[in-house]
Order: sequence, then C-alpha cells, then structure tokens
Amino acid sequence: MFAYISRRLAVSLLILLTVSFAVYVIFAFLPFDPAALTCGKNCNDPGIIEANRRRLGYDLPFFTQYFIFLKGLFFGRSFGEGAALINCPAPSLGYSFQQHACVTSLIGEALPVTFSLAIGAIFMWLALGIGLGILAARFRGRIVDRLSTIFVLIGTSLPTFLTGLLLLVFVVIRWGLIPFPSGNYTPFLENPFEWGQILFLPWLTLAFAYAALYTRFVRSSVIDTSNEDYIRTARAKGLSEGVILGKHTLRAALAPIATMAGLDFAGLLGGAILTESVFNLPGLGRLAISAVVKYDLPIIVATTLLAAFIVVIMNLIVDILYAYIDPRVRVA
Amino acid sequence: MTLLKVENLSIDFPTPDGLVSAVHETSFEISAGETLAIVGESGSGKTVTNLALMGLIPPRTANISGSAIFESHDGPIDLLSIDRNELRKYRGKDIAMIFQDPMSALHPFYTIGDQIIEAHQVHNQVDMKVSKARTIELLELVGIQGAGTRLKSYPHQFSGGMRQRVMIAMALVNNPLLLIADEPTTALDVTVQAQIIKLLEDLQKEFKMAMILITHDMGVVAGAADRVNVMYAGRIVESANVRDLYGNPLMPYTQGLLASVPRMDRPHTNRLAAIPGQPPSMIALPSGCSFNPRCGRKDEVGANKCETQMPELTPRGSGHLSRCFIGESV
Repeated sequence: MFAYISRRLAVSLLILLTVSFAVYVIFAFLPFDPAALTCGKNCNDPGIIEANRRRLGYDLPFFTQYFIFLKGLFFGRSFGEGAALINCPAPSLGYSFQQHACVTSLIGEALPVTFSLAIGAIFMWLALGIGLGILAARFRGRIVDRLSTIFVLIGTSLPTFLTGLLLLVFVVIRWGLIPFPSGNYTPFLENPFEWGQILFLPWLTLAFAYAALYTRFVRSSVIDTSNEDYIRTARAKGLSEGVILGKHTLRAALAPIATMAGLDFAGLLGGAILTESVFNLPGLGRLAISAVVKYDLPIIVATTLLAAFIVVIMNLIVDILYAYIDPRVRVA
Repeated sequence: MTLLKVENLSIDFPTPDGLVSAVHETSFEISAGETLAIVGESGSGKTVTNLALMGLIPPRTANISGSAIFESHDGPIDLLSIDRNELRKYRGKDIAMIFQDPMSALHPFYTIGDQIIEAHQVHNQVDMKVSKARTIELLELVGIQGAGTRLKSYPHQFSGGMRQRVMIAMALVNNPLLLIADEPTTALDVTVQAQIIKLLEDLQKEFKMAMILITHDMGVVAGAADRVNVMYAGRIVESANVRDLYGNPLMPYTQGLLASVPRMDRPHTNRLAAIPGQPPSMIALPSGCSFNPRCGRKDEVGANKCETQMPELTPRGSGHLSRCFIGESV
C-alpha cells in the first residue's frame, strides 16, 4: 500500500510540472503583448509598457521566465524596485496590474467561496442521487423508478443557469419559500447561518444537475451488481435482502461513485462559472471570467493552473481511496 | 430415509417470444447421504431445477408448480410453496449450494474469512470467535494451507481450485443435510477437477450429507454418484443407479452421451462419437419425443410413433426408469 501511494505521488508531481509548463507555454505564445495588457485596454504609452515589461520580467528569455515563475511559487517574488517595489510572498502566482493585487491573494479570496459552493452541492447531490438511484433500482419498473426517470430527464436537460433562474423566480420571489439571499457572500466562520442561507439556492442549482446524473448511474450500477454471481452466493447463504443490498450489492455498486464524485468535485473547485454568475458569488469561476474579458493574463494563467492542479490532486486522492475500497487495486 | 421428494416440478419462463418450458413435470427423490447426479446438455433444465429448490429464481420471473418436500431439521417443509422469508432460514443451513464459477461467486471486496464467518453467523447466534474457529476448521478441512492467515486473504489472491475449496468450506460451515453442487468443476483445470471431486466425496462421507451433483461430465458421474438422472429438454429421460446406467443404458440419448466419453480402455483409432444435431429450442419443442429429431434408433419403433407421442418415464426393473418406446414392454 505504501509503495502504491508513493508511486502515485511521484507520478502526480511529474504531471503537475508538465501541466504548469504546458499552461505557461500556451499563454507565452498567445498573440498578445503581455506588457501592453498591463496598463488597460486603451493604453498606448510606450514608456509605461516598457517599464511594466521590465518589472514583470517579460523581457527575459522564455525559460528564464518559467523558472522565475516556478521559483516564485516556492519562495515568493517581487516586482520592480525602490519605492515602486511590489512583493508577493510565496506561493506567488504573479501580479495583476489591472487589479493592483498579487494573484495569490485574489485567489485566496475567491477559493473559499467556490469551495463552500462545491462542498455543499456535493453533499446534496450525493444524498439525493445515491438515495434515489438505489430506490429506483430496488423498485425497478414501479412508480418510484418512473418518477426518477422523469427527474433524470429534467435534471440532465436543464442548463444550470436556467435552473438557477427558475429557482430564484419561483422558490424565492413567487412562492417566498425562502427569503431572498440578500447581501454578499459571508464566510462560514463569520456567520454560518448567513453562509448557508446565501449558498442554499446555488447548492440546489448545482446539485440538481449532478443528482440527475448520479441517480442514473447509481440505478444502473446497483441493477448490474445485483445480477452478479456473488450476490446469488449471498442469497444462497440465507442472508436477508436488506443485508444483501446494504452490505454486498452497495459496496460493489457504489465504488465507482468515489471516482466520479472526486473528479466532479475537482471540476467544480476549478470554478462553477455559470452558477457563480447567476448568483453573483465572488468565486474562482467569476474571477477567471472577468480576467478573460479584461485580458488579465496573470490571473488567467493562475486560475487555469489551479484548476489543473486541483484535478491532479483529486485524482490522486481518488486513486488512494479506491485502493482502500477495492482490494484488487492494491496489488496492481 | 427420503430427504427430498420432488413431484411434478414444472418451471416456465414467460418471455416476449413465448413460454419457455425449462422443466416439465419432473419427479425424483434423494435419500439422506446419497449422491444423485443430474446430467444433461446446457439448457436441459439441470441448473434451473436446483435454483428453484433453493428459491433462487427471482420472484415473478417464472411460473413454478409442483412440490418438493424436504426433511429439514424442523420437520418436513415444501421448498416450492414455503414463504420466501421462511425459506431463507434453511438456505445455507440445511441446504447449501456451490456454483460453477468460483471466480465470480465470491465477493471481490471482502476477505474469504469475512464471507465464511458471515455464512456461519447468519444461522447461529454465537460469538464471532466461535464462527472464526469454525471457519478455520473448515478451511483446513478443505485443504487450505495456513488457514489462520489465509482467512485475511481476498478471493483474487487464490487460484481457481482454491477458490472452489473456499466455496465448499462456506457451503459446509453449517453442516447442511443436502449440498447442491452445480457443475463444481466445469471452470477448473482437469487435474484440479479430480481433486475437487475427491474432496467432495470425502466430505460427503464425513458430513453424512446428501448431494445433488449437477454436471455434464460423465466421467465425474461414474466416480462420484449413486444414482443418475439424465435430463433432456426439461424432462428426465432416464434414471438408474450408476452401475445400471453405465452397464445398460436404455435411452438412445444416454447411449449417445456415454459413447461420447473418451475411454482409456478402448482402442482410440476412431473419432469420438457425437450426438448429431442441436438441443431443441425450448420455446418450440418438437412434437412427440423431444429427442426424436436427433435419435438414430427411432426406426426401431417405427410408424412415426416417436414423432407423434411423448413416451412416459416407465420402470424397466430394479429402479431403472427410461422414457423411450424402445424396449417398452409390449
């Protein structure tokens, strides 16, 4: 088990390095002058542009730039000199001239929002998707199964921005079931109640789409597993249907859910762009989108890298978790 | 003493293409301590008969009729009409079953110890330690070296033969009165097959249990069985004790089966005999005797009798039954 984990860890590190290089290459060879972008869209003053180019190191050769970038991740980085010195401590992902802030601190503000959104949503959709999937499989062809099919159909066809708007219009405004999520995002530690109140609808919006996918997957996985020979063996032992389902069928049927949930969670942490936009949440998705619109290159590079990092890390966690769930993986 | 008496067992599966009559009015019995072999080709109804006895055919998928009176520890019960929840108490306790493919019959996520202990715990209100000791005892009995540590191994860490031994240990953990072995050696290497059959025979004597051995391997039958039922297209076509069946097979299908077994004691210059044709479709059985399209001896009966009438399973002396017009007392 230890050998397995350390091997996976080494591979992950290699992947992270490759990804960071690839992202850096892509943005280094875009047909923009990164220095020109630093002083806004309609800036033509060559003096400022050249000064910024030197400050940000865009005048250096490509590999040196990449090396400085990597070094900044571990040791921090400073831009300019003298009175205009800007210091971004480690892990430094660069400096946004448009926002006049270190990228790391911008991400530090946005990441908790996105994380809060993702964590609440995943709990909701796992509970709903797994529960409904099991019920549909257990009562296949009956009314519960039919209703779940309808739910799956709606959930998979409605785009999240529409679900979000519909929820806002009906649940909040028309029916007044929950008060309007007024005010800005409040951190959990500041006021947990307000945190939950503001995030409830975004959670529901995201969970709705994912729960539909998971319901469909769990249903077919449970049905497939119940046809396995080892389930027949369990029945031949004289176990009750409850034990057969709870212990034997679900253990095998839900194992792939760990992989699915891990990767979906990672995807969301990279930024739930639509949901964050609909509900005006200052998360990573919105940070990335506004950076793209304003050609704020350091932020684009950083958010892209971060999303890739999260996926790689989550993959690693899922692999280790899966080895724990399925003993056959451990020998491989 | 009769342990299990099956009468007029019929099993039909409704399908979109029509009613599949998998087993038709089958009657047989088995005494305590006896080994009954059920032989026949794939689809002849061997397995489904025994799944029905175990109550393992999913509800609402088949129409099952007839009776199967089993002398359980609590007195006689009808396996076919008893409530499914009630039957659960006997399943794995008084009647146990081992399956064809030990690769897929064990749960891949649980250790073999967990799985055998679970089989013991479900029928015995005893401490886990007792179940564990019993499990180790059984694993040693079926010939697994270092049972105490192998308990913590997962199924994929065993070879096919060893997994079948684990399955046998699991089936025997509650001292069953009847063991149903559904093609226990089909998925195994030939050398391992002989070991498993030998093991089953030894354990049967030790546990004094009856055994239904489902197989299509006539060699296995000759070595292990007391009585043999030959099934064809959902019906028993011949039933005899093993000596009579091999010495004097009456039904042409049985004769064909025996002729198709390679023998060391015969000159092997000729090719092995094969029964011509295919087993019939279970939806549209041929009229008359189900075997008639493949039968090489129907001319001996003549007058299209085989094509129009289904012969009855009739006694031919000392417990020998045959479903054939040939040799029927005129």
